[in-house]
Amino acid sequence: MTAASVMTPLAARVARVDKETHDTFTLAMESGNGVDLPRFRPGQFSMLYLFGAGELPISISGDPEKPGELVYTVRSVGQVTYALVTRKPGDSVGVRGPFGTQWPLASARGRDILIVAGGIGLAPLRPAIYHILRQRGDYGRLVLLYGARGPRDLLYKKELSAWSYLPDTQVLTTVDYGGVNWRGHVGVVTTLFRFIRLQPGQTTAFICGPELMMRYVVRELETRGMPAGHIHLSMERNMKCAVGFCGHCQMGPHFICKDGPIFPYPEMRPWLDRYEL
Amino acid sequence: METQTLVGTLAKHPFLVGMLPHHVDRLASMAFEVKFKQDEFIFREGDESGFFYLLLSGKVALEVQAPARTFRIQVVGEGEELGWSSLLSPARKCFQARCLEPVIALAFDGVRLRGACDADSEFGYCLMKNVLGVVAERLQATRLQLLDVFKPVGSKMI
Ligand SMILES: Cc1cc2nc3c(=O)[nH]c(=O)nc-3n(C[C@H](O)[C@H](O)[C@H](O)COP(=O)(O)OP(=O)(O)OC[C@H]3O[C@@H](n4cnc5c(N)ncnc54)[C@H](O)[C@@H]3O)c2cc1C
Repeated sequence: MTAASVMTPLAARVARVDKETHDTFTLAMESGNGVDLPRFRPGQFSMLYLFGAGELPISISGDPEKPGELVYTVRSVGQVTYALVTRKPGDSVGVRGPFGTQWPLASARGRDILIVAGGIGLAPLRPAIYHILRQRGDYGRLVLLYGARGPRDLLYKKELSAWSYLPDTQVLTTVDYGGVNWRGHVGVVTTLFRFIRLQPGQTTAFICGPELMMRYVVRELETRGMPAGHIHLSMERNMKCAVGFCGHCQMGPHFICKDGPIFPYPEMRPWLDRYEL
Repeated sequence: METQTLVGTLAKHPFLVGMLPHHVDRLASMAFEVKFKQDEFIFREGDESGFFYLLLSGKVALEVQAPARTFRIQVVGEGEELGWSSLLSPARKCFQARCLEPVIALAFDGVRLRGACDADSEFGYCLMKNVLGVVAERLQATRLQLLDVFKPVGSKMI
């Protein structure tokens, strides 16, 4: 990445907007001026700049092998995310990056992969899932545990269903609160561990979701004998500059933006329980 | 189900992990297989707690009825337990249990189980230890559920 692309946004244009849930939308961006959009690695994020609204970090949720477009799944929680999800095809958006570390897909080769996602946390994991499915022979069993608040909050429903039919792949979804029309599992994501066969020594885990959820998932994995070094987390705390300059996203010695957002759990262990940081 | 098959099935159920073979035999002597159809209620709120179940297949939703609404609190399935309150002194059920799929389970009469625990405290201790594990796990899950970690954070919601 050149110094210019670190601080200067590239001009991109919204190509498609798909409604995922009542408050979450997936936006595909294409180049706005003929300059190719950069490639990315699964787990990385961009800084998206909206003129007049602000700039914010959003993980790339599309297929890393599809050059020419960058896909983002955005949950409207505040001013800038609202401005983003209400963009229409053809509208312009500035893109900086990609930034950040990636899911350790290379070192996880030959191992089983356990993915645990909560809510919007499935977005930065989807590129890793695309990669694993494309390079299926390189990995062992793929298990995806996905939890959301309610049935209407589940992302990528069609893909979840399609993945669940693939060989050597187990996809379990759950919601914290379900109505009577929901035929699936109800209970927090840790209650799904009962239904999987985990080979702790042979598995690499990728986790992304609210920090509290990740804390409990990690504890569950450790109880089941999973070595801490094979657990990786995406820490998506608020940030501003994305290049380790402003200190907004600092956790102890780590800057989430430049050292993360993906960390091996042992590096995050001392900070995961501390919210005053 | 024949006794030998019952013992084999029981021994493989996660609830019995760590139990001694003669405890498994003892439980097998009290177990009987039950089947429920999809949408059938295994028990309803207010019923006297009768049976403890080890689920072999299918899914059961635990629900609470409120005026004009049903809250689905939890779903339990294969390898899990249902009706642990029947191991305590008689109480009324606080939930209803509705089968989301056809269910096969092993059932135990709560009164008989309690009697066996009173008569053989070693067996009783092992059984109650495993029940406590289930209850602790459910309590932990309920606490996490109460934290509502996915709740909307912002004001500008769509
Ligand atoms: C590396 C990284 C990747 C991210 N990827 C995505 C993504 O793929 N999709 C997506 O929808 N969001 C993602 N986020 C979160 C997103 O950046 C924030 O939701 C956004 O900055 C909020 O801006 P806003 O102006 O809309 O809301 P604000 O008005 O700034 O905030 C609204 C509310 O959201 C809370 N909030 C803001 N940021 C965060 C955060 N990071 N974590 C938890 N709560 C927060 C605020 O405390 C406030 O209560 C990511 C964040 C990081 C750091």
